Amino acid sequence: MFEELSNRFDSIFKKLRGRGKLTEENISEAVRDVKRALLEADVNYKVVKKFSAHVQEKALGSQVLQSITPGQQFVKLVHDELTGLMGGSTRQIKFHNNRLNVIVLAGLQGSGKTTASAKLALHFRKQGHRPLLVACDMYRAAAVDQLETLGKSLNIPVYSDRSKKPVEIAKNALEYAKDESLSLVIIDTAGRLHIDTEMMAELKEICSLSKPDEIFFVADAMTGQDAVNVAEQFHREVNFSGVILTKLDGDARGGAALSILDVTGVPVQYVGVSEKPDGLEVFHPERMASRILGMGDIISLVERAQETVDLEQNKKLEKKIRKNIFTLQDFLDQLRQIKKMGPLSDLLAMIPGMGRQLQNTEIDNSALGKIEAIICSMTKVEREKPQIIDGNRKRRIASGSGTTVQDVNKLLKQFDTMKQMMKRMNKIAGKRGQNAALRSLSPF
Amino acid sequence: MNLFTRLKEGLSKTRSQITSIVGSDSNFGEEFYESLEEAMISADIGLELSLEIIDRLKFEINSLKIDSVHEAYTIFKQMLAKDLDVIKMPEEFPPKPWVTMVVGVNGVGKTTTIGKMAHELRQSGKKVMLGAADTFRAGAIEQLRIWAQRTESQFVSQHEGADAASVAFDSIEAAKARDTDVLLLDTAGRLHTKVNLMNELQKIVKVIRRNTPHAPNEILLVVDATTGQNALKQAKVFNDILGITGLIITKLDGTAKGGVALALTKTFGIPIRKIGVGEGLDDLQDFDPMDYVNAMFGDI
Repeated sequence: MFEELSNRFDSIFKKLRGRGKLTEENISEAVRDVKRALLEADVNYKVVKKFSAHVQEKALGSQVLQSITPGQQFVKLVHDELTGLMGGSTRQIKFHNNRLNVIVLAGLQGSGKTTASAKLALHFRKQGHRPLLVACDMYRAAAVDQLETLGKSLNIPVYSDRSKKPVEIAKNALEYAKDESLSLVIIDTAGRLHIDTEMMAELKEICSLSKPDEIFFVADAMTGQDAVNVAEQFHREVNFSGVILTKLDGDARGGAALSILDVTGVPVQYVGVSEKPDGLEVFHPERMASRILGMGDIISLVERAQETVDLEQNKKLEKKIRKNIFTLQDFLDQLRQIKKMGPLSDLLAMIPGMGRQLQNTEIDNSALGKIEAIICSMTKVEREKPQIIDGNRKRRIASGSGTTVQDVNKLLKQFDTMKQMMKRMNKIAGKRGQNAALRSLSPF
Repeated sequence: MNLFTRLKEGLSKTRSQITSIVGSDSNFGEEFYESLEEAMISADIGLELSLEIIDRLKFEINSLKIDSVHEAYTIFKQMLAKDLDVIKMPEEFPPKPWVTMVVGVNGVGKTTTIGKMAHELRQSGKKVMLGAADTFRAGAIEQLRIWAQRTESQFVSQHEGADAASVAFDSIEAAKARDTDVLLLDTAGRLHTKVNLMNELQKIVKVIRRNTPHAPNEILLVVDATTGQNALKQAKVFNDILGITGLIITKLDGTAKGGVALALTKTFGIPIRKIGVGEGLDDLQDFDPMDYVNAMFGDI
């Protein structure tokens, strides 16, 4: 039951790949496994039935059967269908330039509305909007404080009024936004159960008076079978225009994304990928499908690298490696760049094929921290010329970094091996283009 | 509202579906098992476990030579109730202060649950203290402070961003000094996949044990009933790292049936301590396996 969806597909397709051509029986078997995998990913029972019937029908068509590489064809087929189901293409949110725009967030308790509100505000401010956050959750203890704290830390204004009712607050906030000539109002509402008629009526009232341009339904990626009931009801009541899928930084497969789309026809617009205010990303159905199918998420990885890696610094580094004057200081800089990209385990999981291999390996992010600490405890000279580090110095470095002499030894040995490798690479590179050799050296 | 009355008022398509099959009381075959399977999967019990239960049920029914659907259905429910019933109850509070630590992923309702637990303990005349070891989420400390006021419990906190282990340590020392019966420790919600944050939890426990070896007496994992199969991964990691002593299933007042609880008790052998069925102070209830099963599938 702990197997990932992609594991399942991998094994299915391995089975298929082994055969030259598919028979009807093969496909039925694969489809049954697809079904099982989707259920384990919390896709709703009925949606799974529908989807697998559809896949089966398509696969039974001549296209796959007559293909020389039926396994690959089947992979592509399931991938395409999944992508299609999750939205096909991503919609662009468009706002009006000449008037106030309004967004309302709604959802169950604990789905992450308040955090998502702050993330959206930051996201749209980056695009040149002047957002106002409105605290309309008057029920959960300290919900207003939470939004106020978030607003303060991001330097985004928050409208709150502890003496008023949510509907009134929303109304007054709109006035306030107009007076302050802000361009975007984001209303954070209280978490509510879809079957709570009173609370749903309140939400409807907030929506009807604020006339939102977008209503986002906030859903937890870990949601199980009930996602369809909740989404259906919310959609019936307030007709939301987009979905924000939160907590996708966990290991939930997020089958809810498929389920919600199937019952409401509304695609996921954004995904929450960390607790930090900038942890909001645009949803890419094809990437999600790839991820589900165990094909990795290489596009996200490259994007993240581009955001964080300093190109100038990399050029300098390349030169140093070529001249073989790569020092421990350079090593440290490199390490920090990698760390900036996020937890190592996340990065590795994005690499195609790695998802499966990582299943049983623990990635210890603190290992990087240890190396960082050791190098930081060295003097400048030591970082340039590690050969001068003797027993005494090792002891000092170990106690300075809270590690042991063995740890220091290990690092020095690793560094030495690395330099040897670089030397060899340079020799090869001398013969046939240095860049290629350098690239093959980099683990990322 | 009682979980059982909720059931009668609320749900449930599955119930009526099963009822119609069971109610017909004709001889039962694959249709009966299929509808049970669908009902179990729709309740988030999970595919593997559902299939396994069906196998066991078939075996049982054949060996007992049962021919009435009604009887079969009763056996089915008893089977589920048995899977849910894990007994490990340190209900007494001998060591003072009794320390309960509450953990879980984000947004499952840890702080609210603590508020309700505090209320219940206060009703029974216990001296209660709340320790705000969620120093991460904005507004979390304030939220717990409000619950402390509502329940007239004592309250220990530091500033936002403070070291959670240090808050835990302070709380226990304060609880000892003030002769507190029960200390409830709130912790920040964290996804089980975040190694650093899980290490932090481990550190909190280590710091607590150094001075107070008996504590924490309970480490409760709060699970949202709406959660699907990911709850198993959550429980596995939290249990591996901390040794979970009990589960609390929250948000059972929605339409989610909370079947994942069954997978949890069956897989990990950890008892369910309480269930949350609403937002009111009194909406934290004792867990009864048969009630829970009836709420999932209906009482016929």
